[in-house]
Amino acid sequence: MERSSASMWRKLNSRYNLVGTECENCKSLYFPSRIVCKNCGRQTKMRNKTFAGTGEIYSFTKIHVPAEAFREDAPYTVAVIKLDEGPMVEGHIVESGKEVKIGTRVRQVFRKMLVEEDEGLIHYHFKFEPV
Amino acid sequence: MAGIIGYGVHVPHYRIKVEEIARIWNEDPESIKKGLHIKEKSVPSHDEDAATIAVEAARRAVKHAGVKATDIGAIYVGSESHPYAVKPTATIVSQAISAGHNLTAADLEFACKAGTAGMQMLMGMSDSGMIKYGMTIGSDTSQGRPGDALEYTASAGGAAFIIGKEKSESVATILDTVSFTSDTPDFWRREGADFPSHGGRFTGEPAYFRHVTTATKMLLEKTGFKPSDFKYAVFHQPNGKFPIAAAKLLGFSQEQIDDGLLTPIIGNTYSGASLLGLAAVLDKASPGDKVLVTSFGSGAGSDSFAIEVNDIINEKRTRSEKVLDIINNGKLYIDYAMYLKNRKGIRK
Repeated sequence: MERSSASMWRKLNSRYNLVGTECENCKSLYFPSRIVCKNCGRQTKMRNKTFAGTGEIYSFTKIHVPAEAFREDAPYTVAVIKLDEGPMVEGHIVESGKEVKIGTRVRQVFRKMLVEEDEGLIHYHFKFEPV
Repeated sequence: MAGIIGYGVHVPHYRIKVEEIARIWNEDPESIKKGLHIKEKSVPSHDEDAATIAVEAARRAVKHAGVKATDIGAIYVGSESHPYAVKPTATIVSQAISAGHNLTAADLEFACKAGTAGMQMLMGMSDSGMIKYGMTIGSDTSQGRPGDALEYTASAGGAAFIIGKEKSESVATILDTVSFTSDTPDFWRREGADFPSHGGRFTGEPAYFRHVTTATKMLLEKTGFKPSDFKYAVFHQPNGKFPIAAAKLLGFSQEQIDDGLLTPIIGNTYSGASLLGLAAVLDKASPGDKVLVTSFGSGAGSDSFAIEVNDIINEKRTRSEKVLDIINNGKLYIDYAMYLKNRKGIRK
């Protein structure tokens, strides 16, 4: 995750609210956003699409040896979520007392993803909670 | 007249019991449970703070209110645990609920009553026509020094209320409000300090009780209502004992305060406490019921409100989860070591 104010600012919509894109031509949905539709090429007519943030776990793994930025969080679970609208999204899973398994229903929640050391920024991001 | 268009709350899943904290400090859990009238408290996850709690509550409030987030013209977040000293939590909330940019926003601090101070500000702004809707939030991940009495109660949670003028949209009308404020050094935290300090027993009579009872009496005198006119009453709840004593002093019954008394099961959510109690009461109230709410913030001050529930509450109630469901679903009990880790008391 980039530690710069500008790159963080550009990605707030996608990180806070799961804003991706939809091709108005063929109705294909993308997350993260794409500029050019895979199907329509030069005929692409993209617009922003806010996903509802609900879906199910398609696959998951538990991270025991984390990247340096997440050393305090380990072990933690990362999953591929199949959103109800179709796209697959990678996300951290937060504890809710519900079992984490393939097919578990999840909802988007708002959490801290990364806290820069000392005097830096706090990066907020969507995560997913089993429901 | 300004009213509550919708509301939402958030309480973290983690809980620690009084017995577990008492075990560490070799204290008698039964005397603490009896003395503070508390069983357990909520604890934020390592990735939760006052901003994430505010956002979760705000999103539920928008859903409950059924308004467009872009129609919200002001967002105020009251907390004494804002994640940044400079960088408003309210800006994070506005982005996360997609409220757009044509709004005013600010963070408030008045110990445990900043959320109700925001409610008063929004009443004026909506009644004057300056804004269509405004959102006030009380959200905290409160701190208690290890071994201090506060450690048994200082918890995490928050509530968001959307205020507007149209009675047809209001789940409840705010009939009147008064405040009582004084310079009282009962509880404080200096800039840069990790934990608050307090005046021990001084936090009772000259602080909590003086302000809560005076503000409530002022409201009753101003409105002409008697305690028996209210179906429900919510008093700020730093522990489970103080609001019961305040209710008794003012002539309210235990039955009137039971539904809004959440501290025994989630602890003191500081800026969230009075508003969470109000939300729990509104989850049960019927059209025509009157609710009295008196907050308290150390330093010190109290805001008191007379609220009347409207017909649309029954329709809006079906739109989002109830406060008690959010509190009771998915509770995860942790020991003191995990509590310290979640609160960054120990680090790898």
